[in-house]
Amino acid sequence: MANNIAEKRRQQEEDDEEEDGDLDGWGERNYADERSWEALQEDESGLLRPLDNKAMYHAQYRRRLRSLSTASNSQRIQKGLIRFLYIVLDLSRAASVMDFRPSRMAVVAKNVEAFIREFFDQNPLSQIALVIIKDGVAYSLTDLGGSPESHVKALMAKLECSGDSSLQNALELVHEYLDQIPSYGNREVLILYSALTTCDPGDIMETIQKCKKSKMRCSVIGLSAEMFICKHLCQETGGLYSVALDESHFKELIMEHAPPPPAIAEFAIANLIKMGFPQRAAEGSISICSCHKECKVGEGYICPRCKARVCELPTECRICGLTLVSSPHLARSYHHLFPITPFDEVTPSRQNEPHRRSQKTCFGCQQGLVNPGNKPSLHVTCPKCKQYFCLDCDIYIHESLHNCPGCESLRAS
Amino acid sequence: MAFVNSILLLNQLNQVVVIASGYNTCDYIYDSSSDASQLGPENGKMPSLYSNLLQKLEDFMIKDEKLGKDQSQRAIKSSLLSGSMSMALCYIQRVFRSGPFHPQPRILCLQGSPDGPEQYVAVMNAIFSAQRSMVPIDSCYVGAHNSAFLQQASYITGGVYVKPQHLDGLFQYLTTVFATDLHSRSFIQLPRPAGVDFRASCFCHKTTIDMGYICSVCLSIFCNHHKKCSTCGSVFGQAQSDTSSASDLKRKAPET
Repeated sequence: MANNIAEKRRQQEEDDEEEDGDLDGWGERNYADERSWEALQEDESGLLRPLDNKAMYHAQYRRRLRSLSTASNSQRIQKGLIRFLYIVLDLSRAASVMDFRPSRMAVVAKNVEAFIREFFDQNPLSQIALVIIKDGVAYSLTDLGGSPESHVKALMAKLECSGDSSLQNALELVHEYLDQIPSYGNREVLILYSALTTCDPGDIMETIQKCKKSKMRCSVIGLSAEMFICKHLCQETGGLYSVALDESHFKELIMEHAPPPPAIAEFAIANLIKMGFPQRAAEGSISICSCHKECKVGEGYICPRCKARVCELPTECRICGLTLVSSPHLARSYHHLFPITPFDEVTPSRQNEPHRRSQKTCFGCQQGLVNPGNKPSLHVTCPKCKQYFCLDCDIYIHESLHNCPGCESLRAS
Repeated sequence: MAFVNSILLLNQLNQVVVIASGYNTCDYIYDSSSDASQLGPENGKMPSLYSNLLQKLEDFMIKDEKLGKDQSQRAIKSSLLSGSMSMALCYIQRVFRSGPFHPQPRILCLQGSPDGPEQYVAVMNAIFSAQRSMVPIDSCYVGAHNSAFLQQASYITGGVYVKPQHLDGLFQYLTTVFATDLHSRSFIQLPRPAGVDFRASCFCHKTTIDMGYICSVCLSIFCNHHKKCSTCGSVFGQAQSDTSSASDLKRKAPET
């Protein structure tokens, strides 16, 4: 229902923009995003019903969880944990269109910044690089690196759009870079495409076949309309193609790419990667750090192979090329390897069973599970430890905590 | 007890929740914001909320012992840190939802028993979730050696780790170090962290290593080159034809 409203809203906006050419149109524009009267609902007798946001949000969350976990919970699916992701931003003329407020380019930049931080939070061993398409040519904005700050800084510095967009040039550039990385890494490309055309110097089908042969997984998020070439690219390489309806939908779509995707069986070659676990430098030791080429005191890490000093982890030692990590970085990826089972909803019929333990409070946060009037509100239960949890704890446990408090509180024998 | 009272006295909006973690269960012992703690009979000299807390603590110990009676003796007796941390984090999320005027939450762990290596993944999950919600985890360890889990927890989340040398003065340690709120911490000189060792230990010998090899599928650490990964069974250098089996992915040792 929310999607229909968003679609109607977009059509309305586009009509408005065409009509108010000379007038500023600020009257329509002010209301365009806030048609809050459309979100109200009426019940049978015509009286307004208060919106039950919580149940809607929870239903949406559970639908998403179910679609993500239908396959992956029956058997442990191998995930690509060490990812090398290229983000391709389309900064052609189409990115300055204002159907996303304030402009498509600004919305994309803001969401890419949030995505980069979330990506490194969930995949600490992975690396990102940025490519932009402008005037029909693709430029590499940043190289593959593991520090979110450098990417965000580079992105925010260069936000102008002009010219045509060229899908083939971007794919060729990315293919050149991704061919060089070792085989244990998961090669991925995420293209944020706002244009409706592509201006290619050669045969794009050949480029797509080349990408498919190099095992690159290309996904596209379109901002305007569905294009056959993007769909074909994603189908051939095994990526995801989606088109954003509005800003919040776009944010949802881009965040879907943050957790590691399932690894394709023929592509996934297990390898032993040599990594170093550096120790902290002694307090008060003075040395020249290899990343900034400045003299620094104390507070860094020493590469175990070549004894060079680096400032932060995870990183690659500039002198000897060893990947340097610390054990919490590895631990951040463990919840992808050991996912928790989704909780089951407790339907009203099951609540009256005789063997149901009378539990009036949520096990996690001690919030009462009973609405005023003694009617039990919606809650869920863990299939393993049979404890009851409220909806908010359910969402928090599955999205952030990845531990069931009930199962953790039982001594596993 | 006096410590709990002193925190409650510092600010009218302060709330204290005590969760106990035993060998077999964890449970909420005391919640200063719930109305039930006001009731209860006056027990001689002690006011009602103290007697309630002690009574619940005793009930909890009895329940814990009962649950543990029919299990065999284990070599390492460790308490369920991961369970109580998860419960505390769920409660903190509820506090965040309650409105704009909540005090800044933090977790204080008072632990005497050693770390249980089987809880490593769950404890790290809880630590990262606390880091995301910006909840510092302070720890006061009164056991024998240092607790690697609590040291890492305090370092990653920005809390304080203290191992008191004299247990008689425990109350003094608690009030001077842990009673201050988060805002004032920038003005007070707190015990400096002694440098947490984040090196990992290899799966084959359990020794801490400087450089090792990591399996790209299951991220297990080995000290020298193997042909096959012992945790997930993947053969190195070949493409995988089927998914790894569930039973192989249990971890046996922490990486401290």
